Amino acid sequence: MKKIIRLIGALTLGTVVLATSSLGVLAAEKSYTYNYDYWGDVQDSPDVYTVTGVYTAEAFGLDINFRNPQGMFVKDNMIYICDTGNNRIVQIERIGTKQFEVARIFDSIQGDTDVKNLSGPTDIAVSEEGDIFISDNGNARIVKVDSDLNYLLQFNLPVDSTVSPDSTFQPSKIVIDTAGRVYCIATSINQGLCKYEADGTFSGFVGATRVTFDWMDYIWKKLATQEQRARMVSFVPTAYDNIYIDHEGFIYACAGGMEEKDLDSGAAAAIRKLNLMGNDILVQNGEYPAYGDLYWGKGGGYEGPSYFTDVTVFENDIYVCLDKNRGRLFGYDDQGNTVFCFGGNGNMDGYFRQPAAIEHMGHDLLVLDTLDCSITFFTPTEFGSLIYSAIEDFDAGDYEKSGESWKKVMALDGNYDLAYIGIGRSLLRQKQYREAMDYFELKYDEDNYSRAYKQYRKEWVEEHIVVIVIVILAAFLIPLSIGKVKSIRHEIDIADIFRA
Amino acid sequence: MIAALKNKNTYLKYIDSLRFALYCITHPLDGFWDLTHERRGTYAAANTILFLSLLVRVMKLRYTSFVFMRVYWEGINIFLYVASVAFPLAMFVVGNWGLTTLFDGKGRLGQVYMASCYAMTPYPLIQFPLMVFSNFVTVDEAEFYSVLSMLSLLWAAMLFIAAMGQIHEFGFAKNILFMFASLFAMLVIVFILLLFFSMISQGVAYFISMGKEIMFRL
Repeated sequence: MKKIIRLIGALTLGTVVLATSSLGVLAAEKSYTYNYDYWGDVQDSPDVYTVTGVYTAEAFGLDINFRNPQGMFVKDNMIYICDTGNNRIVQIERIGTKQFEVARIFDSIQGDTDVKNLSGPTDIAVSEEGDIFISDNGNARIVKVDSDLNYLLQFNLPVDSTVSPDSTFQPSKIVIDTAGRVYCIATSINQGLCKYEADGTFSGFVGATRVTFDWMDYIWKKLATQEQRARMVSFVPTAYDNIYIDHEGFIYACAGGMEEKDLDSGAAAAIRKLNLMGNDILVQNGEYPAYGDLYWGKGGGYEGPSYFTDVTVFENDIYVCLDKNRGRLFGYDDQGNTVFCFGGNGNMDGYFRQPAAIEHMGHDLLVLDTLDCSITFFTPTEFGSLIYSAIEDFDAGDYEKSGESWKKVMALDGNYDLAYIGIGRSLLRQKQYREAMDYFELKYDEDNYSRAYKQYRKEWVEEHIVVIVIVILAAFLIPLSIGKVKSIRHEIDIADIFRA
Repeated sequence: MIAALKNKNTYLKYIDSLRFALYCITHPLDGFWDLTHERRGTYAAANTILFLSLLVRVMKLRYTSFVFMRVYWEGINIFLYVASVAFPLAMFVVGNWGLTTLFDGKGRLGQVYMASCYAMTPYPLIQFPLMVFSNFVTVDEAEFYSVLSMLSLLWAAMLFIAAMGQIHEFGFAKNILFMFASLFAMLVIVFILLLFFSMISQGVAYFISMGKEIMFRL
């Protein structure tokens, strides 16, 4: 909406000033970390994350290099890497910030199954009890093993009227919930996520993306003959690219490759938060929808919208999306406000060649690069930690402390919009309405401003009620009394007794 | 000129014509008839109303509460912003006069201008208090603002139509027809201006490049 307002402004005013300022915006994109302000302008920002290290197989002390690794899972200090190209899974324990120990490497499972060797595992998930779920893509199954790799169960092709029994099951990404249910994305199945009960039975599809289509295409299709229609592209839901289950059991699903116009109009969402019914409950109160970069111009060989290939969710409900198009990470808070954007494509530390998976360990971030066969570890800087503590303190109800942290954030970056709104919200909770209004006004937060102003106005009226009553009375009484005096004077003037 | 300025009656006439704008907006048909036929309006008053309208429009940028109006200051050029009202007005006046003159319109160019300015009276009259008012409301009460704001524009538009009908002595249908025709005339003017300026710049560029070429050869 605001983009449109700005566009209209630019068109009607058509100024040279705007042209030069947008040039400035392009130049500003060089900064590693940035953020979008209210107007959608790129604002340079101090780094929120810094690279602690980029680790290849060699750095972990493995004999064979990773080949085309696809999936990663983190549980406490354990990192599980699906080394897809080598048909194995590598389990690494992080014992210090920069110290790692290879806990286990396995390419096969034991127990009561015919197929013991893994074939192209694409994803892995570990339950609270320690059971391991492996998306064994090459063997067309999802296999559940216990912590000692003994075969327990397997999940096969969904039994459903919409799925041909002859097709091969190609599970790509899986998550498990606390009850042991499995949700899976499978190649060539676009009805949504395949949901399996804990006993291995398929129980339906959940959360298909909305079908988007062009009206022109729709009309053509209506006019076309049967044969022509068969040759046209059919309107089908976009398949998800990746899923993540957060600490509350909600599934975050991301999908890339959306049409630009659908993203802009809100018809398609790059990221969705699914509840048990499969409905999207992601809060999008930010100034812009959570779809990564706002500007999709060609540059450096990349074009089109951000392509979210994976997502991870912190315990403070901030979710970080990984864009494989421009190799960037986008952090959003639970209201959908942009917390940070950083990264890029390249060979330097902190840049990626083809990022595939993202996970978090505490507040640290891990990004798996398929092409570079490496894992990049990020840790929050002082700036990043301040943002997190401000958000976490606010959620915990410690508004004063949250306000203090936001003030420090603002001291480090005066262009950080969330800091102003954060300070305002903390002041609002501390009943300092007048001060809160100023902060909200600076960053155009009309809802919070109105909330503060309403209280301020109420207080003001209560304090000045005497004056207000006097003024209102005076407004009525003075003209009345003037009229009265005039009429008396008039009567005196015309009274007989004063006539000589 | 100076003698007129020293004459007290000039000011009385100015004040009176300015106050007549208030009569016009409440009694459009009667008021706009008298405006020209009874010589109740003055150019001074018309200019004042136009100036106030432009002033209020610019002041709104800064003093309206951000709840209703957010300004991308980097994109504001105050002259272009003023011109965005003044230029269409000038085009309308010229276009309307040019057309109506050919079709028995009784209004002269100056009278069209005067009546147009008088018709704008509701804008500063409503928008200025509204601008102050906007700072005392919350988003829940935003409807009051938008309704009143819309009202001022609708009122002015209605007055425009009434004013044109009265000064040209047109009937209702003919008046509406010529309002639309005037809009079309504005488009034609824009087209011709664009053509004119692009031709001029081409011509100038030709002589400049020729001059450069000669200087280069010498």
